[in-house]
Amino acid sequence: MRVAVQSDSFDFASEAAAFAQDLDGAGAVVTFTGIVRDVSGGLEAMEIEHYPGMTQSALTAIAEEAIERWSLADALVIHRHGRLAVGEQIMMVATAAPHRGDAFEAAEFLMDYLKSRAPFWKKEITRDGAEWVEAREDDETALNRWK
Amino acid sequence: MDVLYFAWVRERIGAPKDKIETNAATVTELVDELRAREPRYEAAFADLSALRVAVDQELSDFDAPLAGVREVAFFPPMTGG
Repeated sequence: MRVAVQSDSFDFASEAAAFAQDLDGAGAVVTFTGIVRDVSGGLEAMEIEHYPGMTQSALTAIAEEAIERWSLADALVIHRHGRLAVGEQIMMVATAAPHRGDAFEAAEFLMDYLKSRAPFWKKEITRDGAEWVEAREDDETALNRWK
Repeated sequence: MDVLYFAWVRERIGAPKDKIETNAATVTELVDELRAREPRYEAAFADLSALRVAVDQELSDFDAPLAGVREVAFFPPMTGG
């Protein structure tokens, strides 16, 4: 398992390739990458704040739960913080399991938990000013299916 | 005890952190003490349903006890991913 919290960008292709090496008994690898998108027009950047003392341990706990629950061969979580431009990669997860169903499901679980249980806060910087992104109720209800 | 603030909670209070001597038994009691300090704290803690709390870097509840706790953090619902 690897969990990385960083301001630097990452190379999706080499991360995915490295993850897919030497997997014991895995027949499926699923990856997901989140990208900064300009939803309403006029977005200049996304600023991502986090809680340095807590982020690494919170992400590790979420990844460990996914590994145990879906018997994953491995899991990867990379999440960036700081100022990101439109089109930049924010984060990625990768999961490896014997079968694709578990790999897909574990990746969705990781994403749902990262959205509302990992200590990150997004702020949209536009030409007109800056605004904190509000948590969506959908994101909270998405967690219920994993209980 | 270190009290940390993130996102708009930090902005409303105007500082990322306070060092506080407190006898508060629970998070709620700590919030009451903070609110009584200054209007900017009152503004930040006006609506507790809009806030989340972590106690010693783990997500927690407002009725959590504070005995032996070293760090409490207040922030809005998280928006990672």
